[in-house]
Amino acid sequence: MTTILSARDLRKEFVTARPIFGAPTVVRAVDGVSLDIEQGETFAIVGESGCGKSTLARLLLRLIKPSGGEVWYDGEDLAHVDEGRMRSLRRDLQFIFQDPFSSLNPQMSVGALIEEPLRVHGMGTQEERRARVAELLTRVGLTPAHADRYPHEFSGGQRQRIGIARALASGPTVLIGDEPVSALDVSIQAQVVNLLEDLKDEFGLTLVVIAHDLAVIRHMADRVAVMYLGEIVECAPANTLYQQPRHPYTETLLAAIPVASYGARRARTVVEGDPPNPISPPPGCRFHTRCPYATDLCRSDRPTLTKLADGRQVACHHAETLTLKGLTSVEPARSAGAAARFALYAKGIAAATTAEPNNNPKSNV
Amino acid sequence: MSALADPQAVATLPKKQSRFWKKMRANPAALLGGALVLFFVAVAALAPVLPIADPIATDWGAVRQAPSAAHLFGTDEIGRDVLSRMVWGAQASLLAGVVSVAIAVCLGVPLGVMAGYMGGWTDAAISRVTEALLAAPFLILAIALAAFLGPSLTNAMIAIGLSAMPIFIRLSRAQTMVVMTEDYVESARAVGLKPLALVSRYILPNIFPPILVQATLTIATAIIAEASLSFLGLGQQPPTPSWGSMLNVAKNFLEQAPWMALYPGAGIFLVVLGFNLLGDGLRDALDPRDH
Repeated sequence: MTTILSARDLRKEFVTARPIFGAPTVVRAVDGVSLDIEQGETFAIVGESGCGKSTLARLLLRLIKPSGGEVWYDGEDLAHVDEGRMRSLRRDLQFIFQDPFSSLNPQMSVGALIEEPLRVHGMGTQEERRARVAELLTRVGLTPAHADRYPHEFSGGQRQRIGIARALASGPTVLIGDEPVSALDVSIQAQVVNLLEDLKDEFGLTLVVIAHDLAVIRHMADRVAVMYLGEIVECAPANTLYQQPRHPYTETLLAAIPVASYGARRARTVVEGDPPNPISPPPGCRFHTRCPYATDLCRSDRPTLTKLADGRQVACHHAETLTLKGLTSVEPARSAGAAARFALYAKGIAAATTAEPNNNPKSNV
Repeated sequence: MSALADPQAVATLPKKQSRFWKKMRANPAALLGGALVLFFVAVAALAPVLPIADPIATDWGAVRQAPSAAHLFGTDEIGRDVLSRMVWGAQASLLAGVVSVAIAVCLGVPLGVMAGYMGGWTDAAISRVTEALLAAPFLILAIALAAFLGPSLTNAMIAIGLSAMPIFIRLSRAQTMVVMTEDYVESARAVGLKPLALVSRYILPNIFPPILVQATLTIATAIIAEASLSFLGLGQQPPTPSWGSMLNVAKNFLEQAPWMALYPGAGIFLVVLGFNLLGDGLRDALDPRDH
């Protein structure tokens, strides 16, 4: 495994108000993020709304300019290369947008949209480019005839496929998706997620996916970074992260995943309130205001992202000592009556499942 | 890059041209507008060869005569043939309308897009100057500029164009700022488009419809403004006719000779209507989204 894209102490500050007198109001959307993305992996960045994950995605591709820090790709610091060099590097680094309805220019035909990256980077002759467009359209599940149509003639899922074809056109090595499926219907989400996975294997892509849907991430990702208020609080392989979170915030995120099984409940960690205002983040650990395990140390000292013995990175003073539950289900406490009814229901379900073949008259013959 | 292996798999070019004509043909209002504009342009262009009277020859025996066989549209206050003056005046009025709006669009839209796209100091500078220009009423500004440039039809067109420019700066700046918030502009940068290509392929096509509508409306304003300038002696120089100057004189004789006002007024009305219908039709035909 080699590192293909890495961020070092990446920062982005947005000035929200600049009064004539006094200090400007600054939001630290991304505050000192460092990460390494390995070639060929699917790396997920998760967190709740406003934690800076979309900003981080845009910083990685310099769609917005960082306030500080570095982004290394192929021996070059994307945060500091000149505009012209950055434009040619975009051939290798592509982006999939969240909203398929606003991310395609309504004035351009689908063919023109997909061909554009090829033309911009001077790839192939006109004939070759058209063949490539047809090939890409077929590959993402549309037909070459769709090239003549305009984006408004397509559904959300189809538009996202067009967006993916456009992102793939120049043959990128890294694809960053900013919540690529969150704007789609659940049934379409699965299709697009599967498409992305297939394409990743086929084209040898490295995938970085921003999301707030942990179920989707668990399905797709090799490694997951959890963000809270502009920082990464935990970064670990997906399996171990879901089984055994090391940061209290990860635990609460996982606890929020609903269980699709009758009667099952998740052990709940109680976290109240909204994330603090990023304009004036709390001192010490940023999560201490909502953390059920917070101590005085958490209130005064800011933990750094440190590597644990098992290679995972956690930003928590108590990462080694806390026992967190992760995705363990617990049997909820029920009244005697309710318990009896649930038991009855369980029995009924079990009977129906096993008895099914017998209920079929033909199989009885 | 794969070669052309499967001919069936090759995408064909978007049939933009045929789409455009198909939509135009299906739109009777746009066709009517186009016909009106074409008619007046033809009349103006053919003025020297049409069998009509001399537009500046006076006839003191036939002052303010009602329409008749000799003078189909009647005569004016010094006995000139109104039909003939209408035909020759179409030249000045169409030029004043189209050329001045062209000047306003060609200067205003690039400045507005620049302000909206670049923001910061560029925007501040362009916007402040625009606001200063807008502070002066349109006609006053046009009169001042025309007086400064000297009386002639060309200078009147430049003056009107410059006075109408701030509207286009404001409109295209605002539209650009709206379009800039769309994800597709970011997607253009994400594929590596240069700023100039981004503006011409992503911003201009998307801000075009409201500008086209504004332009067709401004043509009407410009024709009237040319009339006012002519009236002040700053536009078309008498005795050469323009519809505006004819209308200005005619308003003194509304009771005695209403035909003097009727025909130039109807001419302006029809030209403006024609441009508006045509503009609406063009906007719809150029929009890939169906209505």
